[in-house]
Amino acid sequence: MNCIIIDDEMTARAIINGLCAQVKNLNVVAEFSNAIQAIKYLNQNDVDLIFLDIYMPDFTGFDFIQTIKNPPKVILTTSDDQSAIEAFEYDCIVDYLVKPLSIQRFEKSVKKAESSIFRTIEEKPKTLRNKIEGTNTVNDLYINIERRLIKINIPSIYLVEAKGDYINVKTETENYRVHSTLKKIEEKLPENLFLKIHRSFVINVKKIIDIEDNTVLIKKEVIPISRSNRPELMKRLNLL
Amino acid sequence: MEKPNLLYIESMSRGDDAFTQKILDVVKKEFPQELEIYKNNYKEGNYITASENVHKIKHKISLLGLEKSYEVATCYENNLKENITDFHDDFEEIMQMISDYLLTF
Repeated sequence: MNCIIIDDEMTARAIINGLCAQVKNLNVVAEFSNAIQAIKYLNQNDVDLIFLDIYMPDFTGFDFIQTIKNPPKVILTTSDDQSAIEAFEYDCIVDYLVKPLSIQRFEKSVKKAESSIFRTIEEKPKTLRNKIEGTNTVNDLYINIERRLIKINIPSIYLVEAKGDYINVKTETENYRVHSTLKKIEEKLPENLFLKIHRSFVINVKKIIDIEDNTVLIKKEVIPISRSNRPELMKRLNLL
Repeated sequence: MEKPNLLYIESMSRGDDAFTQKILDVVKKEFPQELEIYKNNYKEGNYITASENVHKIKHKISLLGLEKSYEVATCYENNLKENITDFHDDFEEIMQMISDYLLTF
């Protein structure tokens, strides 16, 4: 597992680094004294695990988690236990360590992270698993219409809409009505391109023209954004 | 009064003297810097920022096995957040004790 350490305290970084050296297959690939530097690093590099301090000046550990897209697994390190409840609101956080760290607790935490990473890969839909494993060649989707299997180029899909027992798959050139569910097709679509923004709509985020209030304009269609899906959509946008 | 010690750092090092020394060197370098920043903020009346400095220093206090002092520092940190300076003298005493101890290495 490759990990990074984010902590504004030099001593804490040195201790975590030393503890990581005692754990087999755990490599510290970079250390950062502030979260902004780490965000720049993560834009260019993939890591499996982050040791993250909560209390840092200007930009806290929680600010950091909210800023990065698809955060890797995170072990929080802090000098008090007052933020434990908030920590459990984030799926990426696997454990919460209170300083000073003990070796036993540290090793237990790393094992927890390791099994969590393994479980995440196993549970992902096949297309995404392929992407994680670096063998993604799935670019087409076959849909069954009147006993014909029709090939659709996935990036050409701009919208999938649920309509009762059917879904409407809309592409640049054609619209298809398929007997299936939004959940089933969502599992077949790449996570980096498609996002569910409402219980009845999955959109291709690359095809967004604009966003106004609680709606998205895609092609000539205005699609509602539900309140619960809005934060994930906002995270995906390259906002200025 | 309790005394600073290296028991915790040595337990983490699992007998690796180089690791113990490395941590000690980092503490010796970082502690005076953090203390100075804290003192400046306290002097300027920036108590909220000073409380954040105390929060950071608390880690060193715990590393040196000073459990009671850690509790005092926590009370002081919480007071500073409320612009109350109770425990200031106790905290200064702890800081002096750590400074003196680090000079022995």
